[in-house]
Amino acid sequence: MASEAKAAESASGLPQLDFSTFGNQIFWLAVALVVLYFILSRIALPRIAAVLAERQGTITNDLAAADDLKARAVEAEEAYKKALAEASAEAQKIIAETKAAIREDLDRANAEADAEIKAKTAEGEKKIADIRAGALDAVRDVAKDVTAELVASMGQKADGRSVTAAVNARMKG
Amino acid sequence: MEGDIVQMGAYIGAGLACMGMGGAAMGVGNVAGNFLAGALRNPSAAGGQTATLFIGIAFAEALGIFSFLVALLLMFAV
Amino acid sequence: MRPAGAATKGRRMATEAQGSEGGGLVFHPMDQFMVKPLFGDGAVGMFTLTNVTLWMVLAVAATFALLVLGTSKREIVPGRTQSIAELAYDFIRKMVEDVAGKDALPFFPYIMTLFMFIVFANFLGLLPMAFTTTSHIAVTAVLAMLVFVTVTVVGFVRHGAGFLSLFWVSSAPLPLRPVLALIEVISYFVRPVSHSIRLAGNMMAGHAVVKVFAAFAPMIALSVGVGILVTPLSILAITAIYALEVLVAFIQAYVFTILTCVYLRDALHPHH
Repeated sequence: MASEAKAAESASGLPQLDFSTFGNQIFWLAVALVVLYFILSRIALPRIAAVLAERQGTITNDLAAADDLKARAVEAEEAYKKALAEASAEAQKIIAETKAAIREDLDRANAEADAEIKAKTAEGEKKIADIRAGALDAVRDVAKDVTAELVASMGQKADGRSVTAAVNARMKG
Repeated sequence: MEGDIVQMGAYIGAGLACMGMGGAAMGVGNVAGNFLAGALRNPSAAGGQTATLFIGIAFAEALGIFSFLVALLLMFAV
Repeated sequence: MRPAGAATKGRRMATEAQGSEGGGLVFHPMDQFMVKPLFGDGAVGMFTLTNVTLWMVLAVAATFALLVLGTSKREIVPGRTQSIAELAYDFIRKMVEDVAGKDALPFFPYIMTLFMFIVFANFLGLLPMAFTTTSHIAVTAVLAMLVFVTVTVVGFVRHGAGFLSLFWVSSAPLPLRPVLALIEVISYFVRPVSHSIRLAGNMMAGHAVVKVFAAFAPMIALSVGVGILVTPLSILAITAIYALEVLVAFIQAYVFTILTCVYLRDALHPHH
């Protein structure tokens, strides 16, 4: 009697110890686990593994591509530096050449100018000499004339030759 | 009358069994506290030991769950 | 014969509780674990559709939704659902590799099945009005026995009688070894017990505590003077316990899985 009552009590007391439902729970648990296992092992896990592998591959490829691009960038920079250095050297050369050409032109122009100036100076000096010579002759003539006029005004006839000789003597002195 | 005494004993026993949970609480606290103390001394090694921490906590806690189970059995099944 | 007692001892307890609380508070903390047929009110047979069926199917459906539907786009840059699916995959795979070793990877789908089922059963059981399949010892015992049988079979298939060296601690002094062997054997056979009761007990305890606090919550309808203090406190306690249960739901699934990995490691590498 007591044991029967106890069994009934335990059945209704704690649902976890109600053995009449164990078969049901275990059956459905087995069904759920088997279904879940096949879903996971056949569909879900291979798919996720494939996605992860694909991503890993993409990342690796992208990293390689990035490395490639980096190397190319370094290359381009070096080429640019080289071109810059060359251009700079070229520019230096052109500057030097131009300077030399300008200096040459300048020198030649200077020389020509010097020569012209010399020629002009010589001409001028000659002209001055001519003018000076001309002036002396004129002075002599004037002196002769003045002397002759002076002698004439003093009432005497001037001897042309003596006047000339006197003037010449005076002019030399 | 006889059943009442049995029931009284069962309830008292259930209450006593619950004291076991205090032991589990101390055990779990001990595990976690020592883990924290060790982790603060060497934080770099702490990350790899979290699994061990949880295993330790699980073992300590299982014993408290046992006492809880005994209490439940006394209350509902005896 | 005690017809009243035989009917429901739980109910009788409830009335006693009511008496001591001096009101109409209803305590049925264990009623939420009752296995009931989905349709009708008959007995629960082996193949009856019960709330166990419903919530197990929901757990399987949730796993299907997360791991199959969530990853159906196979995106290189994952969306939210696919990220979670990949996180779960990585989490368990890393656990299997780290704890059980590389040669345990063939068991990865099996362990993943256990983890996903338990974690979803635990989380779905936290929904209000839900039935927690993992709170039943019948369910967790089957799960634990599956692990126990698998581990034992794998151990003997891989190592033959060498698997018994698991119980012979060769690093201990010789006189101690027989004693240790006895302890090791006992602990080996206690494993499925603790493994299953830990999960079921945690789930059961948490849900029962929530229910007990929930029974205190309508106190204010019975007595304003006492209720004004008790009702907010019990609602606060329900919230706090619920938050703890969310954590426990995950941690228990994690612990169950990691212990499976630990046992598997013992089977694959029995030498200490």
